[in-house]
Amino acid sequence: MPHWLELMAASFGSLMVAGLVFTVPLTILSFAGGLALGSLAAMVRLFGPRPLASLVRFYVWIIRGTPLLVQLFVIFYGLPSAGILIDAFPAALIGFTLNVGAYTSEVVRAVIASVPNGQWEASYSIGMSWSQAMRRTVLPQAARVAVPPLSNSFISLVKDTSLAAAITVPELFQAAQRIVAVTYEPLILYVEAALIYLAFSSVLSILQARLERSFGRSGGFAGARP
Amino acid sequence: MIRLTGIEKRFGLNKVLKGVDVVVPAGSVTALIGPSGSGKSTLLRCVNLLEAPDAGEVEIDDVRLSFRAGERPRKDAVRTLRLKTGMVFQSFQLFPHRTALGNVMEGLVTVLGWRPDRARDRAMALLDKVGMAHKAEAWPSTLSGGQQQRVAIARALAPSPRVLLCDEPTSALDPKLAAEVVDVLRTLAHEGVTMLMATHDLRLASTIARNVVFLDDGLVVEEGTARAMFTAPRDSRTRSFIAHITETAVHAWTD
Repeated sequence: MPHWLELMAASFGSLMVAGLVFTVPLTILSFAGGLALGSLAAMVRLFGPRPLASLVRFYVWIIRGTPLLVQLFVIFYGLPSAGILIDAFPAALIGFTLNVGAYTSEVVRAVIASVPNGQWEASYSIGMSWSQAMRRTVLPQAARVAVPPLSNSFISLVKDTSLAAAITVPELFQAAQRIVAVTYEPLILYVEAALIYLAFSSVLSILQARLERSFGRSGGFAGARP
Repeated sequence: MIRLTGIEKRFGLNKVLKGVDVVVPAGSVTALIGPSGSGKSTLLRCVNLLEAPDAGEVEIDDVRLSFRAGERPRKDAVRTLRLKTGMVFQSFQLFPHRTALGNVMEGLVTVLGWRPDRARDRAMALLDKVGMAHKAEAWPSTLSGGQQQRVAIARALAPSPRVLLCDEPTSALDPKLAAEVVDVLRTLAHEGVTMLMATHDLRLASTIARNVVFLDDGLVVEEGTARAMFTAPRDSRTRSFIAHITETAVHAWTD
């Protein structure tokens, strides 16, 4: 067995453990939280009272206008100076959730607004209330359009979680760094880490394609390839 | 029966309806004609409160609502009026994520709370009535415009409204497909469905409507029986408008 393959095989276990114990939960939890936060923010911007909508705009402006790495540093290294101490993993979770929330709020806002007004009117005309129209007519149509952009955010997030290494979360990338510190084989270890990230995001791409296909079966838009 | 009294509606500075009175007797069909921007669609949308009138009264059978500027109609009043009306749109507006059958069942299940099997039976009967039973499981995107509009008519009729409002139901269709829709609406008219329809389609107005109302610039200019309006209009604006749509219709028929 060549040296590089031997090294990859030897470190595969600890990289995968770091990936499965930290990277995957961090990704899934912060995406779920971010999606919930983003949906709420989108609803406030579309339908909420004006001062609250401005507050949401401010939040989106701050998060989108500053680097994710800096946000993580502010939460983990900065807040303790203000007396707020947060452990590394929850700090990362908060940072990623806030970040995903800001980006997905724009996606959710856009896809809800993309449902033609006539669909609301058709719903009202058969007697539906606002919430029935939202739940039965608008959201199902918006959800279908939202799959590709939300999948983008999800896949970006898988890779962005590597930034958590910088605030001491022992996730996949940090596990690779630690092994490099002992073996002095940066090329082999970092390529291996990259391949594991690639595998994780590929799984998500496959899930996305499945989801789009199942949406495509139920109706679909005239002429659009699923 | 629909009775509209003194309906006014403005959008910003633009006064679209300036006090319109229209009565549609139970079991009859009234066509609203008039140039684009005359307020036909807005008037229809005031009947089921897709637009709230700024002034006037809307009466459908035993329910009467009065409106004042800046006053939002109460939610239960809106709901009552919407359950008494069904609406057919120019661009169909079928729900693209539901089958033809699902579209027709939607109001029964979601709004009236019917059990799905009971709703399915009624929806199938209505699809059969509009000649679309064979496409019950089809998605809207696979249907022709005429087929979509027929499903939309079945959807509007499902919750048993007292009146059917049709906003340019054939305008988005070529003459052949429009004919399918006209046939369905004619059948409904013969069965005594009360209808108020805004239309440019001379065939629709002349063969189905008992009465015709000519609207221009937010006011009723002239009204009368379809025969009188199309053969002997009194007002010069009515005359020139009818001459214009007749020309368009002849053009479409010889196409």
